[in-house]
Amino acid sequence: MISKGNTWKFGNNIDTDAIIPARYLNTSDPKVLAAHCMEDADPDFMKKMTRGDIIVAGENFGCGSSREHAPIALKAAGISCIIAKSFARIFYRNAFNMGLPIFESNDLWDLISEGQEVEVDTDTGTIIISGGAGEPLTVAPIPPFMQELIRDGGLMKHIAAKKKSV
Amino acid sequence: MGMTITEKILCRHTEHIEIQPGMLINAKVDIALGNDITAPIAVSEFRGAGGTTIFDKEKVVFVLDHFTPNKDISSARQCKLLREFARQQDMKYFYEGGECGVEHALLPEQGIVLSGDLIIGADSHTCTYGALGAFATGVGSTDLAAAMLTGECWFRVPETMKFVLNGPMNKWVSGKDLILDIIGQIGVDGARYKAMEFTGDTIKYLTMADRMSIANMAVEAGGKNGIFTPDDITRAFVEKRARRSYTFYESDPDAGYSSVMEIDVTKLEPQVAFPHIPSNVKGISQVGNIKIDQSYIGSCTNGRIEDLRVAALILKNRKAAPDVRLIIVPATPEIYRQAMKEGLFEIFLDANAIISPPTCGACLGGHMGILAEGERCIATTNRNFVGRMGHPGSEVYLSNPAVAAASAVAGRIAGPDEL
Repeated sequence: MISKGNTWKFGNNIDTDAIIPARYLNTSDPKVLAAHCMEDADPDFMKKMTRGDIIVAGENFGCGSSREHAPIALKAAGISCIIAKSFARIFYRNAFNMGLPIFESNDLWDLISEGQEVEVDTDTGTIIISGGAGEPLTVAPIPPFMQELIRDGGLMKHIAAKKKSV
Repeated sequence: MGMTITEKILCRHTEHIEIQPGMLINAKVDIALGNDITAPIAVSEFRGAGGTTIFDKEKVVFVLDHFTPNKDISSARQCKLLREFARQQDMKYFYEGGECGVEHALLPEQGIVLSGDLIIGADSHTCTYGALGAFATGVGSTDLAAAMLTGECWFRVPETMKFVLNGPMNKWVSGKDLILDIIGQIGVDGARYKAMEFTGDTIKYLTMADRMSIANMAVEAGGKNGIFTPDDITRAFVEKRARRSYTFYESDPDAGYSSVMEIDVTKLEPQVAFPHIPSNVKGISQVGNIKIDQSYIGSCTNGRIEDLRVAALILKNRKAAPDVRLIIVPATPEIYRQAMKEGLFEIFLDANAIISPPTCGACLGGHMGILAEGERCIATTNRNFVGRMGHPGSEVYLSNPAVAAASAVAGRIAGPDEL
């Protein structure tokens, strides 16, 4: 799958309270959650972004709470892909479990400026910076088990698919 | 090569004879936990996958602790959905209302989680149970749904970092200070994806409450789990609560570690984490003059009876400063009753404290102690992210209960010896 979109840059340690503050966790309605996506990191984020955009972040993206509301909010907001230097553990699991494509790249953050368009091939893990010089970037390959999760559309569908094949 | 305690517990929950860091395994879970925020999504995912009956009605636990007593119509609706599901599934462990406590204080206290268990919880502070010598880690709602359906969860076997704590602790220093110090040293992603194993001769001075505070905040260093080797202190805690068998594991002498860090705790003073990240830690003597509007003593990190006793020791015959709201949150009904019996409530009320019912409440910015723009709170909780306890323009400082109590009296962040 190809994700192509404008980039929004965030720094290190973007926590799940910044992605979706707990004051909105009295619901799990994706639309409501999406309306407040990234609110405490950038109050105008939802006004500025358009569907298909890509988040490029620093180290430890998604640290803090286990709330799946965070990847739900990002996905429902229309974020097509997240590329960070690294991800916090539970966010990493949650993203694959619910089929939100995420990649680790140490280099991308330093190579682009906010708003620059990038194209990500989620199958091969290559990133092309639009208008950028040089070779496409290759991100760390997604481990085979996570590829299965993405292929099946998340953990629950993966379990159902496995059950069927037995 | 031998295995660490974390590897052993994971291994014994699979069909493997031996496992190594990096392996991807499917393991059987002893307890799968959800709360009023995370479980509604899990129930919906469970049903969406065609689930009709949970894998074991004694192994799935719901604790409706986050917004209890229900703060608004939406949160009440989430609880109603879970109540109906729990009744329909005949779940043995479903907690709300007057039986409800902060989940990570409640489950060990009620003997629901035990040494040697493999526990997952759709709450990041599930790692608290490592204090008992269990493997316990936070997951998302979909992982919980999968475990409710299959009784299993996937894991990448983590590398283990060993923390060797040496020496006795100074007065007013607690488990909270040890873990804040470690997070200050290694950073909020210093243990990312890894197991944190706490050893050394300091452990024998640590109560179970101290150990739970430490394991609780392993996730604040990015850790997958925090874990202690069970000893006589663990046994004394577990044996009177357990209603099923449990196992004490320990690391093999030749187990492999990704790193070993020696820490001399004898010079450590109480620690305070400044906004807006738990690694922004200073010793109490280095804090300076920081006025506060609120002091919050409670949470899954520091809402246990030992924490309330320390707070009472400092608050006895003293009052909170005129402009400070002091909120004390006993973490479970049992702790609440015990504090009342010991006369701690008398001391707290005399100090002008608000005594809250057990709830996660304001720790996560839920309700019952929310901060306005520009307000500052010292809290015995575990996170001080932007907007964590209210307005994005408010500030949270993390400390142990002694410092939070002393600060309430002083009206600024202060250690007990400054009163």
